[in-house]
Amino acid sequence: MHFSGLRVIKEALTGHRGWKPLWRDPEPKPAYDFVIVGGGGHGLATAFYLAKTFGQAKVAVLEKGWLGSGNIGRNTTIIRSNYLLPGNEPFYEFSMKLWETLEQETNFNSMVSQRGIINLYHSDAQRDAYRRRGNAMLLAGADAQLLGPEELRARLPYLNFDNARFPIKGGLLQARAGTARHDGVAWGYARGADMRGVDILQNCEVTGFRIEGGAVRGVETTRGYIGAGKVGVAVAGSSSRVMQMAGMRLPIESHVLQAFVSEGLKPLIDTVITFGAGHFYISQSDKGGLVFGGDIDGYNSYAQRGNLPVVEDVAEGGMALMPMIGRARLLRSWGGIMDMSMDGSPIIDATPVDGLYLNAGWCYGGFKATPASGYAFAHLLATGRPHETARAYRLDRFARGHLIDEKGAGAQPNLH
Amino acid sequence: MLIPHPLLGLRDAQEFTYLGDAALLDRPSPEGEGAEAAFCDYVFLRGNPAGVHRELWFHEHGDRSWLVVTRNTLTHEILGAELASEVAKALRGAAE
Repeated sequence: MHFSGLRVIKEALTGHRGWKPLWRDPEPKPAYDFVIVGGGGHGLATAFYLAKTFGQAKVAVLEKGWLGSGNIGRNTTIIRSNYLLPGNEPFYEFSMKLWETLEQETNFNSMVSQRGIINLYHSDAQRDAYRRRGNAMLLAGADAQLLGPEELRARLPYLNFDNARFPIKGGLLQARAGTARHDGVAWGYARGADMRGVDILQNCEVTGFRIEGGAVRGVETTRGYIGAGKVGVAVAGSSSRVMQMAGMRLPIESHVLQAFVSEGLKPLIDTVITFGAGHFYISQSDKGGLVFGGDIDGYNSYAQRGNLPVVEDVAEGGMALMPMIGRARLLRSWGGIMDMSMDGSPIIDATPVDGLYLNAGWCYGGFKATPASGYAFAHLLATGRPHETARAYRLDRFARGHLIDEKGAGAQPNLH
Repeated sequence: MLIPHPLLGLRDAQEFTYLGDAALLDRPSPEGEGAEAAFCDYVFLRGNPAGVHRELWFHEHGDRSWLVVTRNTLTHEILGAELASEVAKALRGAAE
């Protein structure tokens, strides 16, 4: 089933009776060449690129709940590549380029909207740091533009520029950044993978790994044993729980991150704005809700819900930045579980168990990385070698001292 | 969350800062073979359990004592709190 404008018109004229489910609901086969554990954004993207780019047919995605029920449905939908470090920026720019062609690639409307992102700065030192970051972005082939106070005032007149404590001096703009429809991303990848023969097995929780002679042979699941040539685990949030079944301890703590959406408002914020003096970021969804968030709650949690102190903290950040939103009513808040890695950067690597691969540690930045994470993980699974943009994301970098401390803000050392 | 401080009674978790797994109290010896690997595990690797977790909380906006709080990470239910100094003393006693 190919989606097109013509198809929409045809279905409209014939009572929308021709639409079919986007993917099959197959029974598990006894064995696959590749088993991907985790049917979220990263797992589905991995399966999609394995099938499409690397020509692998015998692939299964195992999801313990329903497709896309984890962090791909709980994020704040921001896509960007405004990183600094050489281990990170080329990877996120690769991801940004994949976002730009995602809808053509998957033939699915993921509502990718390049409305830009503006990181505000509040001091001369912060301006210099953003200038350096912008230059690093330009060197990696991304786009960046430093905005002064006048340009920013013309563009976002409603900001609290003259805040006595955190005056707004300007911002770093990445015009190609923006937002995407998070569920649409999962559905597009799932449909694209399914069309190419990938079995998506929902309600199929992995309960153990079968490891013989130091190599993985398959996985035990709630729907029976499934043999596997290679197993890729992409279950950020639950990575420690799953990898524990393979006898591994990870450099990861699971933390809860809350996000919020207001009632629907008329068009108000036409970009993504981040506060540089606290942790607050905001955009407006196509339905009109203000989508915003802030810091993790700061303690280990698998509860998918947070507590009120952080709600207060996020609201204070918003009020310091743009007091006009104070009268907007909150519609919903929710929590997602983050793999907080010890240096704040992800892991895409082989493990000490032959044939078992790990994609984890996305902290609260996994959504924007979805396409590149899937591509790089598929590359690793299919070829056994890391993708050229993901070479720094090694599991053993902590022991070797090659940390990627982009912000120095993983679970440790308590810089949140 | 309310933390039952052994000396001060129920206190709001907002008065505390969080450090993580209470296993951090058991620092490996810097001497001998395997010390580097042991320290690497100590600094970077975590059990990160889903369920009962013993963890370090610092009463920053209070009496500045360290507590070992036992808490369920699936429900946020707090099951108990002890002074970390007492726990550390017991650890040292057990080692000797």
